[in-house]
Amino acid sequence: MTTLDTDVLVVGGGPAATWAALRAAQRGADVVLADKGYCGTSGATASAGTGVWYVPPDPEAREAAMAAREGLGGYLADRRWMGRVLDQTYAQMNELAEVARYPFPTGPDGAPLRTGLQGPEYMRRMRVLVRRAGVRVLDHSPVRELLVDRDGAVAGAVGHRRQEGADYRVRSGAVVLATGGCAFLSKALGCDVNTGDGALFAAEVGAELSGMEFSNAYGIAPEHTSVTKTAFYSYATFSRADGEVLEGAGSARGRSVIARTLLSEKVFCVLDRADEPTRRAMRLAQPNFFLTFDRLGIDPFTQRFAVTLLAEGTVRGTGGIRITGDDCATTVVGLYAAGDAATREPICGGFTGGGSHNAAWAMSSGAWAGAGAAAFALAEGRHRDRPVRAAGGAGLRPTGFGAAPSAAEAIRLVQREVLPYDINYLRHGDRLRAALSELDGVWTALREHAFADGSGAGRLRSAAAMTAHARWMYHSALTRTESRGMAKRLDFPEQDPTQHHRVLSGGLDRVRTWTEAVA
Amino acid sequence: MIELLDPERCVSCDKCVKVCPTDVFDLGADGVPVIARQSDCQTCFQCEANCPTDALYVAPHTTPLPPGSPEHDVAHLVETGLLGSYRAHLGWGRGRTPGAALAVGPSLTPSGPRLIS
Repeated sequence: MTTLDTDVLVVGGGPAATWAALRAAQRGADVVLADKGYCGTSGATASAGTGVWYVPPDPEAREAAMAAREGLGGYLADRRWMGRVLDQTYAQMNELAEVARYPFPTGPDGAPLRTGLQGPEYMRRMRVLVRRAGVRVLDHSPVRELLVDRDGAVAGAVGHRRQEGADYRVRSGAVVLATGGCAFLSKALGCDVNTGDGALFAAEVGAELSGMEFSNAYGIAPEHTSVTKTAFYSYATFSRADGEVLEGAGSARGRSVIARTLLSEKVFCVLDRADEPTRRAMRLAQPNFFLTFDRLGIDPFTQRFAVTLLAEGTVRGTGGIRITGDDCATTVVGLYAAGDAATREPICGGFTGGGSHNAAWAMSSGAWAGAGAAAFALAEGRHRDRPVRAAGGAGLRPTGFGAAPSAAEAIRLVQREVLPYDINYLRHGDRLRAALSELDGVWTALREHAFADGSGAGRLRSAAAMTAHARWMYHSALTRTESRGMAKRLDFPEQDPTQHHRVLSGGLDRVRTWTEAVA
Repeated sequence: MIELLDPERCVSCDKCVKVCPTDVFDLGADGVPVIARQSDCQTCFQCEANCPTDALYVAPHTTPLPPGSPEHDVAHLVETGLLGSYRAHLGWGRGRTPGAALAVGPSLTPSGPRLIS
């Protein structure tokens, strides 16, 4: 097996991963970046594009930006972190303009507009920056497990180079997990690489999760298609098949009405609230939004089309690996988390971080994690020869003999418990408990019996990661016996002031949850 | 999903094999990449955006089109202006202005910023 020696290994290839790799390299670390897909095209951002929480350093504007979503997030965000992320994001967006020469547009008044990024252009340029900084980029090289040393500190990873058909190993002084959230292979735009792998790797070495109840994000898309860009649905009128307007349905607050209706009938939509100049501007802002319609032969402004909701799990939710320091360290020595793989509660609380907040978080946390991992690895300097062991469990090291589900079967079983709106979106304790018992069965079968190596390991590990993710989600959702942020419960519809805390979770064979006071 | 790879337009640069995030293509023995795992396609349009000769077409559907669909016909896609349309909107390719530079959208709220992505 090929072994690479490095200071910092970054796992992932999206915005958080590339910023982490870039900063680590700039701090003098030798860096390897291993992406499951292709760094520059893979992940939720590259195919889409996103608003960015870019607010000039004007005290009033900053105050308004911080206050805007605190209530929506159930008051679980943290002002100190919001301030840090706003500062960091402002600087990095300007760096994108000046160093990466990202072609930001200018507004009607001639001033540059830096409140958003088009995914393909952004990530193409991030790949260039990373390579220019000397980072060794391994594309199509899904990591399958972490390596730890005798003290339990993270010491690298093992993976498979799928286009070369060979396993590889990286020994490193620190690891940054920037693998994205988990969208359960729902076909939401660009998200099929986001199967929560990083959270599985982290939990296997003892890291903890936070906010996993905030994991029921669903994006609107035309039926049978992938483009889940939802901003423009604020111009929509939703209706039933017979044309009757669906009262209360909307893109922002009325999405649950759409979900409830979709359980028994189709929901249609037309973007009839956009006037002509708005329509023209919409096309310029989001070309991929119109790609779908142009290719379906539908004029979305005048013709009704059926819509669906695609699960975006913790990609647009806010839960993820718990971080314990300003440098995005975790509870495990040598392990750092960034982007959607990490919890975004510090700036979002319990309300979807989709779009601008997640984008700001990805670049900020990526930069901090990269710098933190570099500082740690360079100071420790102990990684070269220490003995290590591989930490992977489910799918790699079965504990018994018996019939195991294939990766495809396990994925189907998990999807059956997490994609349906009446289980994961419109949550009720009874249904969550029933789903958990199915998911526990899938986990046990995977953990005890499933095995794959080489090219088959990646998919099986993704299936295991999705199963683990779903179990942390539902355990956390059951722990929060109230409705707060996006974690709403039909059986506990009110916010409970005594539950103004974070819900932490961890464990694999036995999942546990506990709470932590908000700073 | 990826529905078309036109061997006439393909210049064998293998870029699609490289950039596809879900590894849908294989290198072809004759130099023309092969759509080897269509079911892994996540309909993200990245291969099409990165193809320098507009030899690829991704249909918006997340399940395969039935055989004989008009979208398997290059002439039809050229005629309707769909072939290469995403790359054109992105402004990628010689002599084009990056779409990002022109992306000034509406404000979703009266006092909100203009949407640019």
